[in-house]
Amino acid sequence: MTIADMISVLNARVLRGEDKLDTPVYTACCSDLMSDVLAFVDEKTVLITGLTNPHVVRTSEMLDLKCLVFARGKVPTEDILDSAAEQGLVVLTTKATAFTACGLLYEAGMRGVPVPMEWNTEDDA
Amino acid sequence: MEELFRTVYPVEAADYTSAGQASADIKRKLKQLGVGGDVLRRVAVASYEVELNLVIHSMGGELVLTVYPEAVQLVSSDRGPGIPDLEMAMREGYSTANEEARSLGFGAGMGLPNMKRNADDFSIESELGKGTTITMRFNLPL
Repeated sequence: MTIADMISVLNARVLRGEDKLDTPVYTACCSDLMSDVLAFVDEKTVLITGLTNPHVVRTSEMLDLKCLVFARGKVPTEDILDSAAEQGLVVLTTKATAFTACGLLYEAGMRGVPVPMEWNTEDDA
Repeated sequence: MEELFRTVYPVEAADYTSAGQASADIKRKLKQLGVGGDVLRRVAVASYEVELNLVIHSMGGELVLTVYPEAVQLVSSDRGPGIPDLEMAMREGYSTANEEARSLGFGAGMGLPNMKRNADDFSIESELGKGTTITMRFNLPL
């Protein structure tokens, strides 16, 4: 789907990047833990988060992400939005909670980032 | 080995606001030097994690970026306090970060494992009361 499709699924508002809404997005990740995002996410992924501090934008910059979605109607400060715009990020906000936003996107066909994972058998014992 | 480029970034302890600026600069410089794609992203992620570790855990230190024709090297060294249990520190999910770091989305115990995962070569040495040095190498495609 494209970012424009996501906007209609989430009934989202565009905060920055109005000119890039035809960008395709392939997977999504929902997290407030930037270290988890840094571990598993690639540039084709949309980040859905409830955190609105500058590190969300810096994390996106490190990973070359294309789109950020703030859940529960959150809007970061103007300087944070401007630094996102400088990097060419599309920034959206949706009234949906993070859980609902994920559910709506999943229903529309979006899938999570594949994360290689093995159970630690020592901990199971 | 021929050095193409070298730059040193001092990193202050507990400076949460500017944390990440060195990494953003490292990423820009490498891009200018023609490094791209997967390697650039791996260096960026590892350098961001190591820079945040310096801010969150150390008493201050520096990050040194050296570019060779065949590899990028990042060395982080700090003035202490040193890591008491390296084996625990390397475990995913183990963290000693404070509330401030956690409120920013860090301190999930993923930093060191993330660095190791992204670097082609990773080594860490730490001495209590002295400090910690992390050396990471990223091979460049020929």
